[in-house]
Amino acid sequence: MLLIHCPYCEEDRSELEFRWAGEAHIARPENIAAITDEEFAEYFFLRNNEKGLTYERWRHIHGCGRFFNAARDTVSDRFLMTYKAGLPKQSIPPAEEATAVAEEKTVETWEATEGDAR
Amino acid sequence: MRKYSVFAIAREAMRAHKGWEAQWTSPEPRSAYDVVIVGAGGHGLGAAYYLAKEHGITNVAVIEKGWLGGGNTGRNTTIIRSNYLYEESMDIYEHSLKLWEGLSQELNYNVMYSPRGVMMLSHNVHDQQSFKRHINANRLYGIDNEWLTPEQAKAYCPPLDISKTARYPINGAALQRRGGTARHDAVAWGYARAAADRGVHIIQNCEVTGIRRGPNGEVQGVETNRGFIGAKKVGVSAAGHSSVVMEMAGVRVPLHSTPLQALVSEPLKPIFPCVVMSNTVHAYISQSDKGELVIGAGTDQYNSYSQTGGLQIITHTLDAICELFPIFRRVKMMRQWGGITDNTPDRSPIQGVTPVPGLFVNCGWGTGGFKATPGSANLFAHLIARGEPHRLAAGLNLDRFRTGRLIDEAAAAAVAH
Repeated sequence: MLLIHCPYCEEDRSELEFRWAGEAHIARPENIAAITDEEFAEYFFLRNNEKGLTYERWRHIHGCGRFFNAARDTVSDRFLMTYKAGLPKQSIPPAEEATAVAEEKTVETWEATEGDAR
Repeated sequence: MRKYSVFAIAREAMRAHKGWEAQWTSPEPRSAYDVVIVGAGGHGLGAAYYLAKEHGITNVAVIEKGWLGGGNTGRNTTIIRSNYLYEESMDIYEHSLKLWEGLSQELNYNVMYSPRGVMMLSHNVHDQQSFKRHINANRLYGIDNEWLTPEQAKAYCPPLDISKTARYPINGAALQRRGGTARHDAVAWGYARAAADRGVHIIQNCEVTGIRRGPNGEVQGVETNRGFIGAKKVGVSAAGHSSVVMEMAGVRVPLHSTPLQALVSEPLKPIFPCVVMSNTVHAYISQSDKGELVIGAGTDQYNSYSQTGGLQIITHTLDAICELFPIFRRVKMMRQWGGITDNTPDRSPIQGVTPVPGLFVNCGWGTGGFKATPGSANLFAHLIARGEPHRLAAGLNLDRFRTGRLIDEAAAAAVAH
């Protein structure tokens, strides 16, 4: 289970309080009736599904109820950053990304969860 | 290839089993092949086998980054059934089920297909209406599926708790008697042996790092960590990593990859005669021939390539198992693992041509690809050989996300996704 930092509540909370909400920073077309079928398929169905750094939305559904964005590594499942909805896509310092890849924390330990939360 | 038979066993018994030959070889890759298939799971190996057997194309390589059958082929809960709702789904899964019925003989390899029946539990009025709709659709299409009362369900599967006071009371069940299980590893091994015997190269520990395209955009081959391998046609059958491989050719596919978990118990004496699934409380369970209870849990909610998953997911499933089958409350679980499933927006697979000439894709099998192995492989081989889909797989094309002709099995699949 993931431990997720809500940027509104400013607290690390259990994944059980959150709902994943798909890829972040997808802009709805200005005039959806005017776009082609290809453009609609791209907007509606095609997602990045990255192996590595991904930008995604989460909702703190059993907490404050608000949507926010997160940068996460999909190999280690480690969150690199969470930030408020409406902010532009945040760049991740290469050093931090490299550390995340190097650590490859696929297994959660007590130190990494409970210890940190304390 | 020496045929496996009772005489082979007798012969080897008399010479201390020194004459068994390797089931497949591990050749050095050639510089080019007619067809390269990416991914040596059941679907990829099977496609290579059918290319050689039914289409006469033997200059084929199956390239695998890990070991043969080490991905989702070796990680699933081995359930086989064909009681889907829509015709496109029924076509391919029933084609597959028919191939399962003769697969051991066809491959001269015991895949241990066991039609022990797949029973889906109904817990409420909605389940009942939905299952009866499935049963009617299936029977009209010539696929067996029948409705059972709770008492009939109990008779078919005695460990089931059908009491009125149960936490998840049961008001009936849908049973497909021809459904069942098979030995997952044997499927990969059987196809590998039969394909290798026909001249197919199986190249393990060889990761595809790029797809090379020519001046007109057509496929020329694959870059790997063992050098470039040329190919006139490339078939991608990479399950959870399909997005990653297709991205190398500049093709985006509508997939998201999530971990799906399964677990097995300590071995028990034969106690569980069939496969039971419950959509509503999300649990599915069967007993392997080794005696282990094989239990499937759900997917995590987020995209991940971690091949693990949250503990709360399997806890939830075991809660349900203990309520449905109180007899298993004190059984110890022995192993747990995860695989990466590739899910499409309509929860139906994608098999078809791509915008890149010479590149074919077979992906999106999500949480239910094992049952489709022979059928999918058979039709994928047809697609690669002819360059156009077989009638039975025509609806599974990639273009449906543009045309809107979706196959919405999201609510029709056996378990919630």
